[in-house]
Amino acid sequence: MKFTLSWLKNHLETDANLDQIVDKLTMIGLEVEEVVDAAKKLSAFKVAHVVSAEQHPDADRLRVCIVDTGQEKIQVVCGAPNARTGMKGVFAPSGTVVPGTGLLLKPTKIRGVESNGMLVSEREMGMSDEHDGIIEVPQDAVIGTPFAQVVGLDDPMIEIAITPNRPDCLGVRGIARDLAAGGLGTLKSDTTATLDGKFDSPIGIDLKFDADKAEACSGFAGCYVRGVKNGPSPEWMQRQLKAIGLRPINALVDITNYVAYDRCRPLHVYDADKLSGNIHARMGKTGETLAALDGKEYKVDEEICVIADDAAVLGFGGIMGGEASGCTEDTVNVFIESAFFDPIRTAATGRRLGIESDARYRFERGIDPAYMEPGIDLAVDLVTRLCGGEPSKMALAGKAPLINTEISFKADEIKRLAGIDVSGEDINKILTDLGFDVVEDGSAFNVTAPTWRPDVNGRADLVEEIVRIVGVDNIPAVALPKHNGITQPMLTVGQKRVFSAKRSLAARGMVECVTWSFIPCEQAAMFGGGSDELELANPISTEMSSMRPSLLPGLISAAARNVDRGFSDLALFEVGQTYHGTQAHDQYMMASGIRVGTAKPGSQGRHWRYAATPVDTYDAKADALEALSAVGAPVANLQIFDGAADWYHPGRSGTLRLGPKTILAEFGELHPRLLDDMGLDRGAVAFEIYMDRLPGPKKRKSTSKPPLQASDLQPVRRDFAFVVASDVKAADIVRAAIGANKALVDTVSVFDVFEGSAIGEGRKSIAIEVTLQPRDKTLNDAEIEAVCSAVVDKVITATGGELRG
Amino acid sequence: MSDHEQLARDLHEEIKAAGDEATLEAVRVSALGKKGRISQLMKSLGSMDPEQRKIMGPALNGLKNDIQAAISERQKALYAAALDARLQTEKLDVTLPLPPSAQQMGRIHPVSQVMDEIAAIFGDMGLSIAEGPDIEDDFHNFTALNIPAEHPARQMHDTFYFNEREDGSRLVLRTHTSPVQIRTMMSGPPPHRIVAPGRTYRCDSDQTHTPMFHQIEGLVIDKETHIGHLKWVLEEFCKAFFEVDSVKMRFRPSHFPFTEPSFEMDIGCARLGNEIRIGEGEDWLEILGCGMVHPSVLRNVDIDPDVYQGFAFGMGIDRLAMLKYGIPDLRAFFEADLRWLRHYGFVPLDIPTLHGGLSR
Repeated sequence: MKFTLSWLKNHLETDANLDQIVDKLTMIGLEVEEVVDAAKKLSAFKVAHVVSAEQHPDADRLRVCIVDTGQEKIQVVCGAPNARTGMKGVFAPSGTVVPGTGLLLKPTKIRGVESNGMLVSEREMGMSDEHDGIIEVPQDAVIGTPFAQVVGLDDPMIEIAITPNRPDCLGVRGIARDLAAGGLGTLKSDTTATLDGKFDSPIGIDLKFDADKAEACSGFAGCYVRGVKNGPSPEWMQRQLKAIGLRPINALVDITNYVAYDRCRPLHVYDADKLSGNIHARMGKTGETLAALDGKEYKVDEEICVIADDAAVLGFGGIMGGEASGCTEDTVNVFIESAFFDPIRTAATGRRLGIESDARYRFERGIDPAYMEPGIDLAVDLVTRLCGGEPSKMALAGKAPLINTEISFKADEIKRLAGIDVSGEDINKILTDLGFDVVEDGSAFNVTAPTWRPDVNGRADLVEEIVRIVGVDNIPAVALPKHNGITQPMLTVGQKRVFSAKRSLAARGMVECVTWSFIPCEQAAMFGGGSDELELANPISTEMSSMRPSLLPGLISAAARNVDRGFSDLALFEVGQTYHGTQAHDQYMMASGIRVGTAKPGSQGRHWRYAATPVDTYDAKADALEALSAVGAPVANLQIFDGAADWYHPGRSGTLRLGPKTILAEFGELHPRLLDDMGLDRGAVAFEIYMDRLPGPKKRKSTSKPPLQASDLQPVRRDFAFVVASDVKAADIVRAAIGANKALVDTVSVFDVFEGSAIGEGRKSIAIEVTLQPRDKTLNDAEIEAVCSAVVDKVITATGGELRG
Repeated sequence: MSDHEQLARDLHEEIKAAGDEATLEAVRVSALGKKGRISQLMKSLGSMDPEQRKIMGPALNGLKNDIQAAISERQKALYAAALDARLQTEKLDVTLPLPPSAQQMGRIHPVSQVMDEIAAIFGDMGLSIAEGPDIEDDFHNFTALNIPAEHPARQMHDTFYFNEREDGSRLVLRTHTSPVQIRTMMSGPPPHRIVAPGRTYRCDSDQTHTPMFHQIEGLVIDKETHIGHLKWVLEEFCKAFFEVDSVKMRFRPSHFPFTEPSFEMDIGCARLGNEIRIGEGEDWLEILGCGMVHPSVLRNVDIDPDVYQGFAFGMGIDRLAMLKYGIPDLRAFFEADLRWLRHYGFVPLDIPTLHGGLSR
């Protein structure tokens, strides 16, 4: 909503200056977005006297002028044909930026003659395209007067953001009322003359609606004015309209625009001689069309409220009129419409038709139903004053729906919600100033909201009114009482796990990403998603259309982009949501990561200390186990299975499971075909952890740890190498070795894996170190020998292998 | 001079002359070995008469100990010299650079870091963290929050919709974290004290908007919480979060369908080139919307607005991160550019706490 300071002062008697008004507007909830103070912007441009203008010695078209600025005489070289001795023009000194061209004026020499500053044209001032000569100001203008003042541009324009609840402030008078209530002056009384028509309107009004659609246009007031003379509107009106960005058209049209902004009262003026028969408000009919004032042709349908005469549709109610019945310079007789259209239908129609208009903007937010008839008074007052003519009596159909919500209100309510005491007297004054009807009833008030405040329905709304006028700054901050002396833990298990997963993965050298929740549909399909129910109906682009079933597509794409930029070794992870259905429980929390190239933990790329080795499945397995361990998963009890989801290499992937069925994590090399399809041309490994599947933490009975069991007896270490078939799992060998003597075997580690011709095709050697921990006494050789042969027997039985010779 | 005195002198000479351990060992053997010179003398003790033995016994034992000590001392000296000589040859180029450790390479995304900071602050105020799904229904995202179907505010939201379901309803991607207010209040009776951080979505993409962003919602509902408490919570939050002693702030009346009265909060700032300094200066920066929970919202979740009351607020996490850490472009948050992540991200051990300070 835009208005000028002088326009505001038509309604507000005030001594406040611009800054005070701007501050107050913001602090009472009318947020100032912009103040355009042309006088400030153009302050360098002042009226100057051209003392002499003589031919440039070296250029036919240039003149050397001596300019009197009132303070000094300056030499300017000027190319304008109208630059002549004795004229008054507009001068800008060196150092000024010319608004029309954006150029900074500097002292210069033009063909050998010094020139300082500039005598400007209208185009250079950004006022018009006029560039045939420099601006001439009347001879009576005083030298040194700011140019903005000479042309009446010294009226600041203020733009405020209007929240949807304040349609009343889409009129300048509403803004003035708020400022007056805010203590910044007095609202001037409304001096509009009441319509005193001498004859009945020759054009009648009918509201033709079925009962269920009657609210589409519940009231319609009109007035016929005969014998008007249309032409340009007066200069003051044009100036106000231009200042807020509207193009003056002719007096009749300008009056409707003016009233829309002055009172938030959209009007329409028809050329009465172009109408046939009466005016009707009714629902549209399929097949009808309207050539609207925006120059476009629209199709009418049965959900649109139209204004029509006996022959055709004249306009879309509350949105836009038609071209055919519009006023021109030749218009003699007019019919003025002030109607009340349903906000909801107006909004829906406007959206469907794609028409944005000042009328729609106001009607859909809700205009003052009580001002329907006064709107005619004001319109007729202006029309007759500016265009002459003789008005009819008011024609009226229906009635705008007045809502008179009475709210019983106590001062306690302000204390309760705002924490401050406001006296009954102040409450009464604030509400009365805002136009509320206040009746004191003992300790309570019976308050009725003004008709222009559709947003006020209850006590909380009244608290808001009082708080915004009293000033939120005047409410003291009060500490929120703390329920516990010392802060209690407040993270849920899941939240703590997300935290730990992120930190542990970052500690493994991985970099956390936040990638889009929506991905291309074909990528979603590659990862088991892409169903219709998870497809957005209105995506930003096809690249962001499908809710992700996995974090990997986002990470792989991110990795590919980084590789393309020249970062070919990288480790990325994300902890975030994936979507597997539309219910809340179909949203999973995942922790997933990808390693590309040689990005191993603590080593990547070439380095003198280590060889640059490509990442492998075991790096991803380590990541998964590390994160699982950090979030408290029972890592030692997990079962490891061959193979993972389709997007992994079938032979170089696995799953970590709790029991045989619950997959906690998948890991492995990413499928080469998938990487090809996704444009990642480096080998990559990945893991995915299903955070929601982790078992809850065990209930602890106490915080104490079990006692340390450290034996004083020396552990005994023995190495074994087994030759087994290639498909035998190392885990089976380890498990068998541990099983050989659970009391004595403390740990079993695999320290060598070898495959090669020395061992034979289809076979491999796995070497383990078995640590025996004696508990009560040192083991003798026979005892050690017994355990060792038990280890060998168990492993051979379990794997069908043999001890390597 | 007796034999053994001569021998002692000879041996000391030889020990002294021994230049390496092998020579010294040869001396030792020639003196103390089975057939060594001292051993030979010792053997001669048996053939001496008792008087002589009484003198020579201790004398020879003394000689033996003396020589042993001298050898051992010489041994130490030789060892030290040999070590010194070896060390002279052992030289590393300690300027050779080492690879960065995994911990130095890893990064936490600024959004995660700021969420951890926010959790620390609100946790200290006794607010717990609530969560809700990204895919919401109309009721939780709009209707229960007092945003009816035709409300202009609903148009302002630029909602992402899913396709229409059989019953004609459409699910949405939540446009704000406010649905978590509804889920919280429907989960049990008041009091409620929560914050709800999470992803939010709007169909909007330009210089300063991304279709996905992060918000945090706050909700306190009980029988006495009022605007004064709201102001305190947000003031304390801003001071703690931006790590400044005081913050210039102002509350402007505004409008949200789900709060009444509603406010927007601005904080004072100074713009110095690319840097924004929080808490001082002449400019204002809008950082959040808040207000007292609208009575209709309370009624929608079966809470009596005449008995219970409280406030709600919502702010952009990405924006908070940008302001605090001087990050210029929102869009870069989601582009996963390694250079950006390394530069603006946090090392894993930068864990924000109130007692240790939120940032290093």
